[in-house]
Amino acid sequence: MKVLVVDDEKDMKTLFEQRFRKEIRDHSMEFAFAFSGEDALTYMKDHEHEAILILSDINMPGMSGLELLHQIKTKYEKPPPFVMMITAYGDDENYNQAMKLGADDFLTKPVDFNLLKEKLKIEKNG
Amino acid sequence: MYLESILGLIISSVLRKSLETKTNLPQWDKVLLIIMYASIGLLVWSMLSRRNGNLIMCLGHLLVFYLVYIVFKNKEFRFSKPFIYSLLPLIIISFVDNIAQWVSADFYNKWNSFFDAAMTFAYVWVGAMWIITKRQRKALENERIKTQELEKEFKLNEKIKAALEVQVAERTASLTLQKEELEHTLVELKATQTQLIQSEKMASLGELTAGIAHEIQNPLNFVNNFSEVNKELLEEMQGEIAKGNFEEVRALASDIISNEEKINHHGKRADGIVKSMLQHSRVSNGVYEPTDINALADEYLRLAYHGLRAKDKSFNATLNTDYDEFIGRINVIPQDIGRVILNLITNAFYAAAHSSHTSNGVTNGPQNSHEPTIWIKTSKMSDPENSIQISVRDNGPGIPQNILDKIFQPFFTTKPTGQGTGLGLSLSYDIVKAHGGELNVVTKEGEGTEFIITLPT
Repeated sequence: MKVLVVDDEKDMKTLFEQRFRKEIRDHSMEFAFAFSGEDALTYMKDHEHEAILILSDINMPGMSGLELLHQIKTKYEKPPPFVMMITAYGDDENYNQAMKLGADDFLTKPVDFNLLKEKLKIEKNG
Repeated sequence: MYLESILGLIISSVLRKSLETKTNLPQWDKVLLIIMYASIGLLVWSMLSRRNGNLIMCLGHLLVFYLVYIVFKNKEFRFSKPFIYSLLPLIIISFVDNIAQWVSADFYNKWNSFFDAAMTFAYVWVGAMWIITKRQRKALENERIKTQELEKEFKLNEKIKAALEVQVAERTASLTLQKEELEHTLVELKATQTQLIQSEKMASLGELTAGIAHEIQNPLNFVNNFSEVNKELLEEMQGEIAKGNFEEVRALASDIISNEEKINHHGKRADGIVKSMLQHSRVSNGVYEPTDINALADEYLRLAYHGLRAKDKSFNATLNTDYDEFIGRINVIPQDIGRVILNLITNAFYAAAHSSHTSNGVTNGPQNSHEPTIWIKTSKMSDPENSIQISVRDNGPGIPQNILDKIFQPFFTTKPTGQGTGLGLSLSYDIVKAHGGELNVVTKEGEGTEFIITLPT
């Protein structure tokens, strides 16, 4: 399973690589990184046939995570990828808006990686 | 023959009347009264008796001469001299006439016509003098009336002056009271102003809270997770040491070190954000310090941007920064100027967002014809000399002309009730002025607004 992590914080790449080093090592999971919403859309266009799971930040310069979510959910009709929002804004309004735009899950920063792993495992198996 | 008695009577009574001797000169009044009665006595005597004509005549002349003597001798009678002058020729000529008649009747008869002429002259003189005196009196009387009027006026003026002085005293007292009241009010106003400034700071801090939360949660995410990762890596390292696989141990150690560096970096980042937040809310202690304006502007730009993004998820803006690296450090009160920059940036975002608001809550990026954009620019200026400019520009709707002159007024706001204090620009203006600088605005409806801070270096 391939996971695309979208966040403008560059250290997120290092963090994910270390947090999932076992999974990466045994190739049970694969990661790709985009540092903006625009980058993410480009990546998806280039890898159209890959089944991917998207973890996106909301607050990014340029295209916001919600905008990215909106575009993914309207453009990719069959089947739209699984999108989980990960944001520092844990308020209801953000949550509700993300859900309205079709987000599949929602996590807040600081990220609880054990919880994230659980969720990913369920998604992978289910 | 009656002439002397009549003259005596006239002179004495005129003197008494004109000088009002009864009240002014009582001692002379008695004398004059005696002379008057004596003259009347002589007149009656001369009318009743045909004899003693010369004696009566002599007594008459004596009385008249005595009167003349009194008038010329005494100071009190100086005002009556002109009157005596008018009668003097008549007195002298009548005396000479009588003497001549008495000494030699022949001589008198021979020069009779001459004496008659002299007498006539004397009467004419009296008449002429009387007219002149009357005229002079009239003039004097006029003069006296004028003087009296002037005096009256003067007295009136004095009265008015006194009344005015009372009024002035009353007004001064009430003004003093008002001044004290005003001073009291001023003190209250200053206290209120301090309170308002503080609440404006808090309000702008509120606008920042979401931005600050985001700015803190992101570094915290790294601090927490990298430290947990390091724990795992260290546990793994223990296993590798037990196995004696030192190649792997070395690799793990370098990963741990690099993670530690990241923890440290993000920890400091959070620290900086908290510090600047505290600095923002702190009451200004007014200390000028050399400040990197570019860094200050960038810091507040980031906070404001995240703050707005946190509130309005659909909001998206293009940020253009153009920092002049040659402006160096400028002596300012950093919190104050930071507050001004923050206020201008927040306003610019608000304006740009306002212009691009869409109904479905989502803007479509490049597809949307209006892309909210703000420009931050710093530059070193040559005119005015030794000054720098910080410009904050947006492509919002612009400020309508009819409210342009109100934007710096305290409590003026176009935001809905409860959303703006209306103090942001007013305080910004005061802060820039206190730094000896200027805050100007250039705006065009439909195109955008640019606020320019000019500061002396």
